[in-house]
Amino acid sequence: MARTRDESSPLFAGNAAGTLRLIVYLALAVVLMVLDHRNGWLWHLRYGASAVVEPVYRLAGLPAEGIRTMSVAFADRQRLTEQNQRLREDLLLANAKLNRMAAVAEQNQRLKELLDTQHSLELNVQLARVIGVDLGAYRYRLTLNMGARDGVKPGQPVIDAHGVMGQVKEVLPTTSVVMLITDPAHAIPVVIERSGLRTVAYGSRDGDQLALPNIPLATDVRAGDKLLTSGLGGRFPPGFPVGEIVSVAPAATGMFQVALARPAADIDRSEDVLLLHDQAEPDGPPALVKPMGPPRELMSNGTAAPATTSTVRSATTPASGEVPR
Amino acid sequence: MNKQRLSLWWFIGTLAFALVSMLVPLPGVLEPFKPYWPALILLYWSLESEDRVNLGLAFMVGLGADLLNGVVLGEQALRLCALVFIALRFRSRLRFFPMWQQTLAVLALLLNDRILVLIVRVLAGASLPPASWWIAPFVGAALWPFLFLLLDDLRARLRIQ
Repeated sequence: MARTRDESSPLFAGNAAGTLRLIVYLALAVVLMVLDHRNGWLWHLRYGASAVVEPVYRLAGLPAEGIRTMSVAFADRQRLTEQNQRLREDLLLANAKLNRMAAVAEQNQRLKELLDTQHSLELNVQLARVIGVDLGAYRYRLTLNMGARDGVKPGQPVIDAHGVMGQVKEVLPTTSVVMLITDPAHAIPVVIERSGLRTVAYGSRDGDQLALPNIPLATDVRAGDKLLTSGLGGRFPPGFPVGEIVSVAPAATGMFQVALARPAADIDRSEDVLLLHDQAEPDGPPALVKPMGPPRELMSNGTAAPATTSTVRSATTPASGEVPR
Repeated sequence: MNKQRLSLWWFIGTLAFALVSMLVPLPGVLEPFKPYWPALILLYWSLESEDRVNLGLAFMVGLGADLLNGVVLGEQALRLCALVFIALRFRSRLRFFPMWQQTLAVLALLLNDRILVLIVRVLAGASLPPASWWIAPFVGAALWPFLFLLLDDLRARLRIQ
């Protein structure tokens, strides 16, 4: 036994057959990678193997779940009391706001009926739990405990109590993967609440922030401005908080301003999230406002904005980005 | 016969454990310190039990890992194949290195692995990872002596090959 092993692995090995086998395997892996990169087989395969993959995800999620349970079980009384108190206050505040809103919402509903629009303020949501699974070296994905069997579809927006978290990327039978808005490959159309400027927020390359790389130079954007979803593109419904701008600086090219924003949602702390159903506005850009003289915002600003800016801003509507039609 | 079966299950069990612990998330602060478990366990087995580990096995484990958390199918298969190939080629020498030397060799292998990932990801069009991404190989190498001794000890206790 030992002898044969020694023969197959001499002290200073260097047989051509082994190298050839390595080359074959490496070539196979490269071919697989290229094919997968082009066609995205990985997810079809994962779907096919979901009977194996999903239990492993659940298994891997157990330690995180256990720690969560333990932290509740062993949390001292005082902390729980404090937390309870805080939650009560939050609830009270939220209820008070809601009561005030109810009247406004009703009024809004009536006005909308008068205008004959379909859009409603009601939320059609589904609660999902985050499974603690680490998917790959880049941490821009979340796994949820709901999948195709629960009616989850790719592209559904995911929110938490504070704002938009991302959208469902891939769906397995009982789990699904969410692409976070901080993913560098993700872009979300936003509107700046204060000025009504529409732009796009990308995930930034360095960590848990959003980047807004193409804000026209002449526009008024400040740190502290809130970002809302604009509803353009039809994927995210309008009016949800996305983040808050933390810094603005001119771009290296000098053509635009670049802003960095902090996401409003608790991206790395959320345990429960909401999946939105059937909220998206119909596809396509909203109806353009008829150009009748210079837009009002330009006059109040008092600056001569470039042509691109004025077209962007003339299409801009206040706050929520809804256009009556 | 029973002993053989037990040792086979032990072998498979450690590999499965490696795949699951690859998926287990750590708290945010510790995240960059997470070692690449499948590489460590495969290294151990390729040093200790060469007749079980070959390139085909490394490829299959890599495909399994890709299926579980991969970015593209075949990425980890490529990495683990390269790693196991080097480990098997220098196995006879690695085995008789003193522990600190072996640890350095493992560090070199893991760094090489990271460079491979970087090449694959950059070619696939991903952005460069942050500097903390390079900590993991060092943590893996630092864990190596303990992992090696622990697995060896368990194997001796269970009296399996």
